Amino acid sequence: MEQTWELKLYIAGKTLKSETALRNLEKYCNEHLQGRYKIEVIDLLKKPQLAEGDQIFAVPTLVRKVPVPIRKIIGDLSNEEKVLVGLNIVPVKKLA
Amino acid sequence: MKGPSKQKFIPASLPKTLTGINGLDEITEGGLPEGRPTLICGEAGTGKTLFSIEFIINGATKFDEPGVFVAFEEKTHELATNVASLGFDLNKLIEEKKIRVDHVHIDRSEIEETGEYDLEGLFIRLGYAIDSIGAKRVVLDTIENLFSGLENEGILRAELRRLFVWLKNKGVTAIITGERGEGKLTRQGLEEYVSDCVIVLDHRIQNQISTRRLRVMKYRGSVHGTNEYPFLIDENGISVLPVTSLKLNHSVSTKTVSSGVPSLDEMLSGKGFYKGSSILVSGTAGTGKTSIAANFARATCERKERCLFFAFEESPGQILRNMKSINMDLEPYVKKGLLKFYASRPTVYGLEMHLVVFYKMIKEFKPSAVILDPITNLVTVGDQNEVKSILIRLLDFLQQEQITVMFTALSQLSNPTGNQEENISSLVDVWIAVQDIELNGERNRGIYVLKSRGMKCSNQVREFKITDEGIKVLEVLIGPDGIIIGSARDAYELEMAKDEVLRKHAVARKNKEIDRKKTILDNKIKSLTSKFEMDKEKLSSKEKEEQLAKEVTDKNRKKMMQGRKKK
Repeated sequence: MEQTWELKLYIAGKTLKSETALRNLEKYCNEHLQGRYKIEVIDLLKKPQLAEGDQIFAVPTLVRKVPVPIRKIIGDLSNEEKVLVGLNIVPVKKLA
Repeated sequence: MKGPSKQKFIPASLPKTLTGINGLDEITEGGLPEGRPTLICGEAGTGKTLFSIEFIINGATKFDEPGVFVAFEEKTHELATNVASLGFDLNKLIEEKKIRVDHVHIDRSEIEETGEYDLEGLFIRLGYAIDSIGAKRVVLDTIENLFSGLENEGILRAELRRLFVWLKNKGVTAIITGERGEGKLTRQGLEEYVSDCVIVLDHRIQNQISTRRLRVMKYRGSVHGTNEYPFLIDENGISVLPVTSLKLNHSVSTKTVSSGVPSLDEMLSGKGFYKGSSILVSGTAGTGKTSIAANFARATCERKERCLFFAFEESPGQILRNMKSINMDLEPYVKKGLLKFYASRPTVYGLEMHLVVFYKMIKEFKPSAVILDPITNLVTVGDQNEVKSILIRLLDFLQQEQITVMFTALSQLSNPTGNQEENISSLVDVWIAVQDIELNGERNRGIYVLKSRGMKCSNQVREFKITDEGIKVLEVLIGPDGIIIGSARDAYELEMAKDEVLRKHAVARKNKEIDRKKTILDNKIKSLTSKFEMDKEKLSSKEKEEQLAKEVTDKNRKKMMQGRKKK
């Protein structure tokens, strides 16, 4: 099942937390969803009107739009296992 | 008291934002603290959301202050439906950009947390909403839902603290609602963060009757009423009843109004009641209290003034029909809008709520007279002290508005001027008692004035009759054994009439006798006179004879003398 994962990362400015989150996310995607993902970073400071649509209240928030159902992970995504479980990603290789 | 010094303080005091909620602005002396957050807490179903949405809607419609409503519980359309029942078109206000509703959906099952985060998203969202319509008012309902959606309480608390500071910096007047927790005002201790103004809503059930109450627990930098105030949610939204200041400084009137029964007015110095006074009509069952009240209502309407009739026993239809039976047609006045009935069973609400209803109805109808028939029924929903305190508050309000009020009260047969009335009699200005008097195997009604402040009143018990022509208060009839009433009165009157006839007869007879005696006397006088005349005549004729004889003798003697000389 070759499906593209559409991920949105909502941040509010370049903070330490948002940098960490983005770094972590890219790392996990590269490892487990090679070539099957799209990451869109939305800075709410620049586009505050988008916060309501995806029901964002915390930042950073990662939203999985596709595949449905929508899942959300908030935080700097520092716990890989939790992120993978949260996004329902089957790890490519067994985690050590 | 502190009047003048308080006046001086006003300019320096806290700026406030009017809520537009009936009564609340009076309790808080001007509304919620401007530019600061206020916490409204209470259990589920106490009206927190309604309170806050009314704050927003009033802001948009009455004070030209746009508002943002952040709903953590209800969706926008749910909110719109809820307020539509209060006559507000939320969607229209949203379209006009006077209100913005932002539903923050938090579902734990959709959310995973990992690592550090903050609530900047919420801040941005709120900030965007505020800026997009230039909002002055913000409601967060109920922010505690964040706690159920997010795990990291440490972050949440830090962020909430930041949120309230942020709201203050934004300069918006905010309401934060919170569900009441055990032993705390709110489950999550929001009161720690919101320290300017805390309003507690409550929903208490006493004797199976629920009453909503509101209390301003804290209001930093401002005086405020500290009591619990009952409030009402009805088709016009929320009305809070401020317990009016019990200062006893209302203006008084020397004008009088008729009671509708002329002879009753006569018992009250011939004038009736003072305008704005309170009258208690007490009596045992079936003594005609309602009839007296109806008479008063009619008299009020005849003066082209409005009268509001609160009936707790009978429906308006019943009262109208019953009054027709004593030749009193109140229907035209109802049609003209001068007379308004409000009938309800006392048990439909708690006492406090009744008061709110009275207050509200009176404010709306603006009557010049109010009738409560009977107040003793209110005891079924509260004890006597409560009833008394309610009546004090009602009286106070009515006197301030210069509204004349008549209460009727049912008294016990065994104790006609019993405790209940005594309890409230000290509050009223005029106390009229109607009493059953059982005598000679029948019941009759006696009426008397027990007290009448500021005017002379009759000290007598009068007979009170309800006839086909209406109420009649009869002059006191005092017989040899005290006052006489009922059929004894009729009998006495007949007896009196008989005596009168007999007396007249006797007088006539005596007059005749006198006439006769006079005739006899006259006759006697006549006969005596004639006899006297006769005697007089007799006597005078004798004298003449003697005179004649003497003259003759004298003549003869002279003749003889002359004859002798010649010889």
